[in-house]
Amino acid sequence: MHKLTKAPLALNGLGRCFNTEKHWSAVKIIRRGLVCAQHEGDSGKNEVYDVIISGGGMVGSAMACSLGMDPNLTGKKILLLEAGKKKVMDKVPDAYSTRVSSISPGSATLLSGTVWDACSDALITFDKENLQDEMAYIVENDIIVAAITKQLEGLSDNVQVKYRSKVVKYTWPMPHQAADSIPWVQVTLANGETLQTKLLIGADGPNSMVRQELGIPTVKWNYDQSAVVAVLHLSEPTENNVAWQRFLPTGPIAMLPLSDTESSLVWSTSHQIAEGLLELDEESFVDAINSAFWSNENQSELIETAGSLFRGALSAIMPSAGSPRQLPPSVAGIGPKTRVMFPLGMGHASEYIRHRVALIGDAAHRVHPLAGQGANLGFGDVACLTQLLSQAAFNGKDLGAIQHLLEYETERQRHNLPMMAAIDLMKRLYSTNAAPVVLLRTFGLQATNMLPALKEQIMAFASK
Amino acid sequence: MYSNKFSRLMLGLCCRKSSAVCGVVRSGFSWTTVCQQRTLWLQRNDFLEMEKHTVLRQTGARSVSQTTVDPSELRRFQSLASKWWDEQGEFAALHAMNDLRVPFIRDNLLNVHRARHPGKPLAGLRILDVGCGGGLLTEPLGRLGATVLGIDPVENSIGTAQLHSSYDPDLRDQVSYQACTLEELSAEEEGGEQEQGAAQFDAVVASEVVEHLADLETFAFCCSNVLKPGGSLFITTINKTNLSYALGIIVAEQILRIVPNGTHDWEKFISPEELERLLESNGFSVQSVQGMLYNPLSGAWSWTNSTAINYALHAVRLKDAAEDSSPHPEDHAAAAHS
Repeated sequence: MHKLTKAPLALNGLGRCFNTEKHWSAVKIIRRGLVCAQHEGDSGKNEVYDVIISGGGMVGSAMACSLGMDPNLTGKKILLLEAGKKKVMDKVPDAYSTRVSSISPGSATLLSGTVWDACSDALITFDKENLQDEMAYIVENDIIVAAITKQLEGLSDNVQVKYRSKVVKYTWPMPHQAADSIPWVQVTLANGETLQTKLLIGADGPNSMVRQELGIPTVKWNYDQSAVVAVLHLSEPTENNVAWQRFLPTGPIAMLPLSDTESSLVWSTSHQIAEGLLELDEESFVDAINSAFWSNENQSELIETAGSLFRGALSAIMPSAGSPRQLPPSVAGIGPKTRVMFPLGMGHASEYIRHRVALIGDAAHRVHPLAGQGANLGFGDVACLTQLLSQAAFNGKDLGAIQHLLEYETERQRHNLPMMAAIDLMKRLYSTNAAPVVLLRTFGLQATNMLPALKEQIMAFASK
Repeated sequence: MYSNKFSRLMLGLCCRKSSAVCGVVRSGFSWTTVCQQRTLWLQRNDFLEMEKHTVLRQTGARSVSQTTVDPSELRRFQSLASKWWDEQGEFAALHAMNDLRVPFIRDNLLNVHRARHPGKPLAGLRILDVGCGGGLLTEPLGRLGATVLGIDPVENSIGTAQLHSSYDPDLRDQVSYQACTLEELSAEEEGGEQEQGAAQFDAVVASEVVEHLADLETFAFCCSNVLKPGGSLFITTINKTNLSYALGIIVAEQILRIVPNGTHDWEKFISPEELERLLESNGFSVQSVQGMLYNPLSGAWSWTNSTAINYALHAVRLKDAAEDSSPHPEDHAAAAHS
């Protein structure tokens, strides 16, 4: 799970990349008996797992589920270690929780998104006409984790889950076999138990202990921003299938639909403003949200004129491009006790893998939530690694062998780095009020709105 | 991994003339199988005790039952025993070859024996890995569920193989090793059975072995002996062509040093046609032949249409009728059928 300083929340974009989400079904857990590895002099009951996943958040549990369901990995011993409690959800609660993610499954229904520049009227709409499939689902993290947990119960033959298991130490093996050393990764839990595994997958969040213990250099910086999240009650019920995001000079504010009457708020802004927002009473907070979406006080005349001129020119060239403009819903109230904040940063591990270890999800890469891509990237990691491990198992390989881990790292870094660079660039582009930059992004946004091919590319990349 | 290969290339280019002996060890294609030459010299009943410690002469290629292994080569292989499992070390090319040979074996066996257990496609099958070395091919086959016996005359290699597989509880029940030769094993089984000889393996794998053998007739005979009727024989070896001389000997041994100088004797290479003829005269039916190509820059193998250098072959032992009508009477075969 993410260990965020201000609140135990994660708001990420979330990707599809595994088929299990459709098949939530509840079954019981059966503990699987484990084989003991006998070593000279060592404590007798040492079990060797094939895979241990450290961290049972969305990405970690999804990894466990994905491995457990793979036919080539039948019979492998998989263990998921989670420091927190088991998340059980017998029925969907009435009140929405603040933790949500935007999921972009390949086969799900369309969600249009609109990005709206606060300093001008430039607009991009991603429309139904542009894509066959829907762009994303907004789902609460709780529901995702609970559903995956249920799914894991059904996979009890090969996947075992240990809750309330905190890891205190990792012992790394030597790269090739020294005469008397144990060649497996050893995981020591807080309760004194030592587990051995052929492959350790680190899914323990942006402050990953696995990554730190391995000494993997990480490029990271804080954005001097925090995100404020809350559940919003809309003024009137509406066909709420549009996610809105407006780039204010202090940071983007986004509204993600949950139901016809409720939406989820993600407002990334400076630390002081964020703290201020938390301290406001409910009415003032709602006013702040509405004015953030609606007010035009930041628009400078110059930019506005330039923008409309450009728009006129573009529609002369491409009269049919662009789609009718929608307006974001207005907010009436917020869900009780749903207002929290957490700091934002960017992080990227320079290596995703080591001998017998792989990092997935936020442990490997951490992004700003403005594009809703963070968990998306994590799920991409899950899909890629599962597929490579499945193939390796079918070829009789040792799951911890470096060859397929290198393939995972190469493939995911190639996909993740451009995405992360783009998100970071977007964030920086929209963090300034300087006229040239504003003009640039205004023109850029308008042009992109008019070019269906470009929008399709963006949506296709984001939907992966 | 790349820097390793690159440095090897540079080293090879710089030291063209330096002697190959003295510890310039590079990856070998089935080192230990050179020792297999001994199997063919040893008369089964007379020499079983003399094992690896006897000093034997090496005579020319392809002379029947006379070739043996050079003791200095034996020593070299024994010193390499600990290097087997370094995936980026001397045996890197053999490790990489698993990407081709394991699917080749697995898929051809699955064509015949339907997979009963998901996750363990070869469950229930008994496989013999001839010239197993450190167990590089034995272990993946074991992980796929087969019960594998790996044999090799070099004791140190067997020791390494046993040690490596002992750490993995999944493998302990699947793979076992024996330091012996194919002839010895074949004799052992025959001795124990009253009828036609213990045909107890579903498949025999001889990867990078036959290019080191002097007497292939005996080899084919022994394989036939230990295989069940309908059982499969998998061979990977090197073709005898100008290209294989140029690339397999000159480039691989002398220039790039992928294989130490003197490992391979071009005279002992065998073309797929000749191998096919030999096998078919020993009661086998060749099912498929496929070329393999090694890329020294990427360190990866790939399938290719041309069998000019390396190739893989799959043959099936025909049912019992074929054995009686074998057109090549063999001296030692007659002695064996007591």
